[in-house]
Amino acid sequence: MLKIQNLHTFYGNSHILQGVDLFIKKGEIVSLLGRNGVGRSTLCKSIMGLVRATGSIYYNGTEIIGLPSHQIAHQGIGYVPEDRSIFPGLTVLQNLELGMKNVKKTGRWGLDDMFRLFPQLEERKNLQGELLSGGEQQMLAMCRTLMGNPDLMMIDEPTEGLAPRLVQEIGDFLQEIAGHGISTLLVEQKLSITLNISQRLYIMGHGKIVFEGTPQNLEDYPRIRQEWLEV
Amino acid sequence: MLEFVTFSLLNSLVYGMLLFLLSSGLTLIFSMMGVLNFAHASFYMIGAYVAYQVSTWVGFWPALLIAPGIVGIIGALVERYGLRKVHQYGQLAELLFTFGLAFIIEELVIMIWGRVGVDYKIPSSLEFTLFDLFDTSFPAYKAFMLVISVSIFLVLYYVLVRTRVGLIIQAALSHPEMVGALGHDVPKMFMLVFGGGSALAGVAGVIGGNALITEPAMAAQLGTIVFVVIVVGGMGSLTGALVASLLISFLQTFAIGFDYSLYDLVNAMDTWPFLSEAAGPWNDLLHVKVAQTGPVLPYLLLVLVLVVRPKGLMGVRET
Ligand SMILES: Nc1ncnc2c1ncn2[C@@H]1O[C@H](COP(=O)(O)OP(=O)(O)OP(=O)(O)O)[C@@H](O)[C@H]1O
Ligand SMILES: [Mg+2]
Repeated sequence: MLKIQNLHTFYGNSHILQGVDLFIKKGEIVSLLGRNGVGRSTLCKSIMGLVRATGSIYYNGTEIIGLPSHQIAHQGIGYVPEDRSIFPGLTVLQNLELGMKNVKKTGRWGLDDMFRLFPQLEERKNLQGELLSGGEQQMLAMCRTLMGNPDLMMIDEPTEGLAPRLVQEIGDFLQEIAGHGISTLLVEQKLSITLNISQRLYIMGHGKIVFEGTPQNLEDYPRIRQEWLEV
Repeated sequence: MLEFVTFSLLNSLVYGMLLFLLSSGLTLIFSMMGVLNFAHASFYMIGAYVAYQVSTWVGFWPALLIAPGIVGIIGALVERYGLRKVHQYGQLAELLFTFGLAFIIEELVIMIWGRVGVDYKIPSSLEFTLFDLFDTSFPAYKAFMLVISVSIFLVLYYVLVRTRVGLIIQAALSHPEMVGALGHDVPKMFMLVFGGGSALAGVAGVIGGNALITEPAMAAQLGTIVFVVIVVGGMGSLTGALVASLLISFLQTFAIGFDYSLYDLVNAMDTWPFLSEAAGPWNDLLHVKVAQTGPVLPYLLLVLVLVVRPKGLMGVRET
C-alpha cells in the first residue's frame, strides 16, 4: 500500500536521505531502526510532506510526493511525531477533537474506543495537554492521530523515555490497531519491542537502508546488529 | 479631580480598545505564522481612506461594513499571492516584504488622495453629546467606538474559544505542522487569519480615522505604538494584547491631562529651595511637564518590560 523508491531529502546542502527504498503492506507492522541522527525522522517527515523530498512515494496507487501535508493526511496517512506535539493549552478532549478531519462524518474510531484503549485519558479528559505526563502525552498523540481514521500510522519513537510497563502498553496498543487492518511504520532506536510485534524491519544507517528483512532474518546477521544498532 | 479621572478613564478605554483592534490581529498573525507584519497599521490606514471614500458616495453606515470587507480581502490576497510565495526564502525575506508593503501602501495613498489629510468626518447622526458630567460632555461617537470595539472583542473571543475554526487556530499557534499533518488546511487558515486580522485593523481605521485623523502619516504613527503593545503584552498573547493596549492608553491619556512638572512638585513640598536655583540641563529637566512626556511613556514602558520581563507581561503562548 506504501511504496517508496529512491527517496532523497536535503536540509540546505546536507544530503540526509540518500536514495531510500521501502514498502509496507496492508495491516503490517514494519519497524524502522537506527542510531541517532541517521535520518529516520526525516523519512517520516518526507512521507508526510513536511520536508521537501525527491523520488517517488506511492500510496494506494497515487503519487503523493510534493502534496501539501493536509492532503497527504486525507489520503489516509497518520503521523505521530517524536516530540508528540500536544497542543498545550487545549484539553485532552479538544486535542482528540482536532484529530478528527471531519466532525460530521464518524470514522472507525470514536472517543469511547480511545478511552477503552487508554483509561487514563478519560480521567484526564478536561485537563490541559501540557499538564499530562510524558507517557500520557504519547497516548494522547497516538489517539489523536487515530481519530483521523488513518490506514497507515507512522509513529516516531513512541517508547522513548518511558517506563517498561508503559512500553508494554504501547506495544499492545500497536498490535490492537494492526488487528483492525491498520498498517504501521514504527520508528525506534533499539530492537526492544519491535522484535515481538513487527513482521518486518528496516535498519537505517547514514541516510540509506542497510538491512531489510524479518526479525528472524536479522539473527543471521549479527554483524549488522553490531555495526548499526549497538553502541 | 474626579472629573479629570472619570473622563481620562473613559477616553483611555476608547483609545485602548482601538489599539486592541489593531494589536489583536498583529499578535495572532505573528504567533501563528511567525511573521511580524510591518504593514499591519497600513491596513488601518486603508480602512480609514476607503471608509472616507465610500462614505462620500453612500454614507458612513454602509462604509462601516464595506471598508473592513475590502481591507480583509486585500489582506487575504497579500497573504495568498505575496507572503506565501516569499515564505520559502525565510523570515528575513518576509519581514522585508511587509516592510516594503508598508511603503508601497503609503505611496499609493498619497497618489490617490494626496499628501494632506482628507476630511473624513464623524457621521452627523452620531454628532451629539451622550451625557454631561460636571462640566465636561461625553460625545456619542466615542461611546459608539467603544460599543463596536468591545463587540468585536467578544465575537473574536467566542470564535477562538468556542468554534472549531478557533480551535484549529489555537492549535496552530503552537504546532502548525502537526495541525497540517492531522489533515487541516493550514495555508487556508493562514490566509483566513491574515485577512481577518487585516479586516480588524480596517475596522479600527473606519471608526478611528474620523475621530483622530486620516492622513498618510497615520499608519506610521499608530504602527509604532501597536508594536510596543504586542511586545509589552507578550507576543502571541491575545489577553496580553488587551491588557497592554489598555495600559498604554491609560498611561498616555493620564499623562497628557497631567499638567505638572517635577519643579511644581518640589516647589509644593517647599523642602529643597536650592533646587529652584539649579542651572543648566537639570533645571530644564525639572521643568518638563508630565504632559510633555506622554509620547515617550510607551517606549519607556517598552524598555522597562524588555529589561525586567523580556517575554512581555503575558508572554506565554495564548491558550
Ligand atoms: N531542520 C534541520 N535542518 C538541518 N539539519 C537537520 C534538520 N533536522 C535534522 N537534521 C539533521 O538530519 C540528520 C537526520 O536527522 P533525523 O532527525 O532524521 O534523525 P533520526 O534518525 O530521527 O535521529 P534522532 O531522532 O535520534 O535524532 C541529523 O544529522 C540532523 O542533524
Ligand atoms: Mg528522530
